[in-house]
Formats: sequence, C-alpha cells, structure tokens
Amino acid sequence: MNQSQASSIPARDDLRTEPRLVRGIIIAIAVSFLTVFVVLPLVVVFAQAFSKGIGAYFAALSDPEALSAIRLTLMVAAISVGLNLVFGLVAAWAIAKFDFRGKTFLISLIDLPFSVSPVISGLVFVLLFGAQGYWGPWLQAHNIHVLFAVPGIALATIFVTFPFVARALIPLMQEQGTQEEEAAISLGASGLQTFFRVTLPNIKWGVLYGVLLCNARAMGEFGAVSVVSGHIRGETNTMPLLVEILYNEYQFVSSFAIASLLAMLALITLVAKTILERHLDEGQIPRGD
Amino acid sequence: MSGGAGRRSTLPGFGLTMGLTLTWLSVIILIPLAGLFLKTLELSLDQFWVILTSRRTLNALRISFGLAFAAACVNLVMGMVIVWALVRYRFPGRRLFDAIVDIPFALPTAVAGVALTSLFAQKGWLGAPLAELGIKVAFTPVGIFVAMIFIGIPFVVRTVQPVLIDLDVEIEEAAASLGANRWHTVSKVILPSLIPALLTGFALAFARAVGEYGSVIFIAGNLPNVSEIAPLLIVIRLSEFRYADATAIAVVMLVASFLIIFAVNRLQRWAQTRIPVH
Repeated sequence: MNQSQASSIPARDDLRTEPRLVRGIIIAIAVSFLTVFVVLPLVVVFAQAFSKGIGAYFAALSDPEALSAIRLTLMVAAISVGLNLVFGLVAAWAIAKFDFRGKTFLISLIDLPFSVSPVISGLVFVLLFGAQGYWGPWLQAHNIHVLFAVPGIALATIFVTFPFVARALIPLMQEQGTQEEEAAISLGASGLQTFFRVTLPNIKWGVLYGVLLCNARAMGEFGAVSVVSGHIRGETNTMPLLVEILYNEYQFVSSFAIASLLAMLALITLVAKTILERHLDEGQIPRGD
Repeated sequence: MSGGAGRRSTLPGFGLTMGLTLTWLSVIILIPLAGLFLKTLELSLDQFWVILTSRRTLNALRISFGLAFAAACVNLVMGMVIVWALVRYRFPGRRLFDAIVDIPFALPTAVAGVALTSLFAQKGWLGAPLAELGIKVAFTPVGIFVAMIFIGIPFVVRTVQPVLIDLDVEIEEAAASLGANRWHTVSKVILPSLIPALLTGFALAFARAVGEYGSVIFIAGNLPNVSEIAPLLIVIRLSEFRYADATAIAVVMLVASFLIIFAVNRLQRWAQTRIPVH
C-alpha cells in the first residue's frame, strides 16, 4: 500500500494528483458504492437476525433443525478441508519441488473448479450417482446412498474447494526452492522426515492460509450442495440450505440468525486472512481468489 | 511420468506424489466433468439444438450472459474508481474500505442473496426509497443485475490494485514535466498500462456472474423468460428429471466459461510481454 507521499511543494503536487474537487468526488463515489453494495447487505443480516430481540435470536439458533444443520456443515467442512489439505500438500510437493513438462497445464486443471458454476459442480455428481446416472442403478441395487446423503454433499464440497490449499502452497514452495530439503536428504533424513521437519515448518502460514479459505468456502457453499442435497429436513440441510428454506417459509428471524453465523464466519475469515498475509512475506502472498 | 522429471532432483517422492495428485484430480474433477460431456454425446445434434433453441432456454441464457456482461461493465468502471481512491488517496477509513472489498468473496452466496433481497425489497432500507421513485429492484431483472454487481466487484479491484501500486510514478512525472496536463497523463499514460489488468478483472467478474446462483436466485423473482437465470433453469430441469436438458445447458455454460478463462490467460501473457514492470 505504498503511497506516493504527499509532497510539500504544492506546484509539484499538482502534477501528480488531481484537483481537490475531483479527489473528493472520486472518494465519495468509491465509499458510497462500497457502502451500498457491500456494507449495507452485511449490516442488514445482523439487523434482521436481532429484529425480534436476543431471545428470539438464540431460540432460532437452538432449534433442533438449526443444530442439525450446524452439525452437518461442520462435518462436511472437516471432511473436505481434511482431504483437500492432504491433496494440497501432496500436489504442491510434486509440482513445486520437481520440474516436469505440462506443469502449467496441470496447475490449470487444478484450478478448473474456480471456473465452473456451482450448480454445474453439483450437476456432475447427479449425472454420476443419480437414479438415471451412470452408477445410480448399481448403487441402488447395493443400497448405497451417495446422492441426497452426506457422501454426495461432501463430494460436491470437495469439488468446489479443490484448488484452495494447493494454490496457496504451490507459489510459496516454488519460491523456497529445494536446497534445504536436499541438505536434509544428503544428511541422511528420510523423505517423510524431511517433509515434516524441514518443509512443513517453512510453509505453515501458507498451509493455514489455504485451510482458512478452503474452510470458509466449504461451510458457505450453496449452489453445488443444493443440487446434491435433496433438502431432507434435519438430515441433509447444511447451514446455507437452511437459510434458504427458512427464508422461503418467511421465518426471517430464524433464517437471518443462521445467516448471521455464516456472516461472522466470513468476517473472522477476513480478519484471519489479513493477519496471515502479514506473516507470509510481502512477496509471497498467494492469490486469494 | 517419472521420466518427465527434468531437473535431476535428489528429493524423493516424485512418482508417489504425482501419482496421488493425478489420481485424486481424476476422481474428483476430471471424471465427473468428463461424465457431463459424455452425457451430452448421448443426445443427437437435433435434440441438442431443440433444447438450446427452446424459448425458455434461450431467454435464460440471454438473461445470464446479458446481465452478467452489464454488471461486469459496471464493475469495470466502479472497480477502477475504487482502486484509484484506495491506492492514490488517503481518507479516513481507507484501510477499512480496502478490507471491505473482499466481503463478496468471503460471504456465503446464500447469505448475500437473502441480505440483498431484504435490502432491496419494497419495504427494505433501500427498496422503500427506490419504490417511491418508481424503481423496483427486488424480484425483477434489475435485482439480478444488482446481485451480479455485488458478486463481481472484488475481481476488478483485486486484479487492478497491485498493478496500479507497482506502476512507476516516474513515468507520470515525466509526462507531467513534458507538459501533459493531469487528464492527459491519466488517460494517455496510466490507463493504457492498466488495460490488461482491467480486462482480466472484467472477464473474471463476467465469468463469475454468468455462473452465479446463490446470491441471485433470492432477489431474481425467477419468472420464466423474464428473470430466470440459466443456472436456475438447470436446477429446475434436474428436479423435473429432464437430465438431457440440464446437461445441454450446463455444457454450453461450461464451454463459455472455459473460453473466458482461456481469454484471461491470453490477456495475462499479453500483459507480461507488454509491460516489463518489476
């Protein structure tokens, strides 16, 4: 955020910046746009959630349906963050520590889920596991439930959160090179020892960064999960899905109470992200999208 | 694959980690996406064409792509204004507003959807004054437009911001000392070097808005042919068990977003060859 520092000589200042009036107008436009489109929607969530008082708010959150949605969301997030963490570490090791042909292509394949509509991310699993899907009949014959059950929700969530950890780690590990690891190996350390004692301490902030973003998306995913969930009350509704159901039933306090938990998750994620970015050296901030 | 390890790295584990990476990538991403394309191949060209050219499908695609394009245009202009204010000026709350830009990235889309709807509904904080002016936002195509602006704004800001920060102030000073007035310096010197980043941000915002579902469906009204977006039509076709219809629409959208991402990659390569900033 380096700024061209305000010069003390007014004549010089004129050359480098705009007239005071223009500056004022630009700042006013930027601030009011962000206020209307970003701040107000966030404020409205909490205003609505507490519109009938704190008692109604906590009553909404302790409803059995709400509790089951919170439990399911936490479980799905734990599964998908855990699996994507392992994948991210493995993929980053292969991609960042070795040279091979087609590396750029492989990275863009890992990035694919970022450019797929959430609804399509759910649809692909319906086509595989649905009653009319490729493996649906076989699954039905063996009484295995993937769609409209936890495995389907977890799969769709893993799909949409797939790139986060790997993308946070690859640039970081590329920048750090292989010298330290090579030294450890030549001193007789095994591969796993090298990874856990040398590599992991070096990338711990990057790992946290990836896990943080992955978790936020996993808990908040709506479109993909909506397609595969089946919306079975008290069973396959995650928190975002319950927000939708309660909203459509005009239970606004309950809907916004759940929404406020997700909004707090988003705010905590942003604060933690800022702190982590400070820990990662300025030059090594992984892209946050 | 092991023969591909060009650099004679002494580190172990290439074969194992590469094998696991490719396996997991195939299971989670490649096979499911391939299934989508295979399913489309089950359709004859005629069937595919009939689905895509049905009035409802065409309208849904037109609404999604058209409004996403319009919203990305707004994001392009407003994103530029926001970046300029955040990078070039100092004002109270600047750092806070800088952090706020990321909220559309972080806020779950369903939360954004119900929040925007409640804000712009006829009795909402913004909906009520707008209704007095005769402008209806929620449950109209305007609502879709508003939600798409919300979801796209960080893309333009976060792609242009680092480029503007890195831009050499000396070029500006040179232009100014050669007699260019401020407007000329901005429009002839600064903006052209931001164009690749601006276009990238535009394309990313556009791609995101085309596929957006959660933040749009609450505020949209979802009237077929009027305010029904393509992703919602996919969901509706699925719930009617018309898998072929859902798949055909999905393939068109997927191909479109791949083309956009391809264009973005091209843009970034072009930008790298064009401006040797470092």
